[in-house]
Amino acid sequence: MKILLKTGAWIGFGLTLIPALLVWSGVINLDMNKTLMLLGTVIWFVCAPFAFKRKV
Amino acid sequence: MPEEAITHRAQHEFEQEPVPESHQKSWRSFLGMYAGEHTAGTEFMIGPLFLTAGVSAFDLIVGLLIGNFLAVISWRFLTAPVATNARLTLYYQLEKICGKNLVIVYNVANGLLFCFLAGAMITVAATAVGVPFDMNMPALSDMYPSSITWILVVMAVGAVISYVAARGYNLVSRFANIASPWMVLVFVACGIVALARLDVHSFQDFWAIWGEGTEPMGGQIKYTFWHVVFWSWLVNAAMHIGMSDLTVFRYARHPDAGWMTAAGMYVGHYIAWICAALLYVLYLKTPEAAQFLANGEAPPVAPGPMAFDAVGIAGLICVVVAGWTTANPTIYRAGLAFQAIIPRASTYRVTLFTGALATVAGLFPAFAMKLLAFVALYGFILAPIGAVIVFDMYLSGRFRIVSNYAEKAGIHFNMAVFLAWVMSVGIFYTLSVTQGIFLPFLTVPAWLTCGLLFILISSYYQKKIV
Repeated sequence: MKILLKTGAWIGFGLTLIPALLVWSGVINLDMNKTLMLLGTVIWFVCAPFAFKRKV
Repeated sequence: MPEEAITHRAQHEFEQEPVPESHQKSWRSFLGMYAGEHTAGTEFMIGPLFLTAGVSAFDLIVGLLIGNFLAVISWRFLTAPVATNARLTLYYQLEKICGKNLVIVYNVANGLLFCFLAGAMITVAATAVGVPFDMNMPALSDMYPSSITWILVVMAVGAVISYVAARGYNLVSRFANIASPWMVLVFVACGIVALARLDVHSFQDFWAIWGEGTEPMGGQIKYTFWHVVFWSWLVNAAMHIGMSDLTVFRYARHPDAGWMTAAGMYVGHYIAWICAALLYVLYLKTPEAAQFLANGEAPPVAPGPMAFDAVGIAGLICVVVAGWTTANPTIYRAGLAFQAIIPRASTYRVTLFTGALATVAGLFPAFAMKLLAFVALYGFILAPIGAVIVFDMYLSGRFRIVSNYAEKAGIHFNMAVFLAWVMSVGIFYTLSVTQGIFLPFLTVPAWLTCGLLFILISSYYQKKIV
């Protein structure tokens, strides 16, 4: 379970930053970036509190 | 002061004794603490405000690099050695030198300044909460509340923050720890998206954004390279040369832990400020901002709408969370400072009162819009007290004055410290106002003067202790 939560947290982390880089390189548009960043935010806040209970 | 230290205060751990070896921490503990602490809601204001001060690319990029390095050096070679030497909180160390009653005076000054700072954070959060309500954002030159919607939003934000600070401090502290790495990423994402929309694809394009600088807007003064260096060095003067972070570094095993402040300086006070400045550059390109500029007015600095425009709802959440998680410990700290005056009052009530005071401050956009000037004043007033601690620890023997005089003489108010503090602040503040000298240029002279006056006055004032 903990591995799943950790993986989820890192996916949320990645979705918060990587879409912005994809906008810069012209791969995705701004609206897609906004949607992905929101998704990343939700996933981070759902998973991180349980995944990094001691570390964060 | 990072949350962990406050928690220690709340739990009454080692408040009046040196931190034992078993509770000392390695440098790793300070890394995340400082990175999180210095990526706050106010960073969204500071980056854009540098632009309104007309900085050039060199002034901003190189000036911040050097100013932040000087801040790190101050923590490493001044605060951390003092902290690991005595391993006491600032308050207890001061009490030994100044006496209980003078610490109360310091606490009042500290508490009031914290309230205004928390007010600016509430203002920042309100600009994000107001977006769905199509609220008019305060202008750069606004001193007073601009609309009923503004008042209602600020009061609602302030009420929630104050209640949570009074009720669930530890919960918010934990939430802040979870949120801080994510916040850093949102700041960076804002910057990258802004670069994409500004069509920046090389370092030359990036440099050209600021170029040679502009005339300042909205009543700000023009910032040169030296303004940026001194401002960024001394923005946390109260914490490093003012010794407020003794409370944090007393847990460090070695003064080298002071280097970890670089995480806060270069993530929060470099990357985040530059990213926030890029958001404002993007806003300045909009027809709305062009209209303001055409009318000879400064476009508003409103972090909420700027972050929303760049990265959508995630940006709005980031502005609210950044304002909330940093206003919360600030209100709590101010509450603790005030509680020292009336120790019998409940922490809950004092924190609520402090939150109300911060909310009233937040109604006035001037505290956020003039944040550069306010933060400089905050450091200028509190920093000289740090000189008293440094001079007392390292130079009292050389000048034959009694170290920790209040404790040894059994006095509650050390007049030598009070006079040195008031005189140094008074002299240099008057100089700044009458001669129009940028206040951070005078913070270090005020600090040195306070230390020297403390030694000088103490040598007359101290009675021989048997």
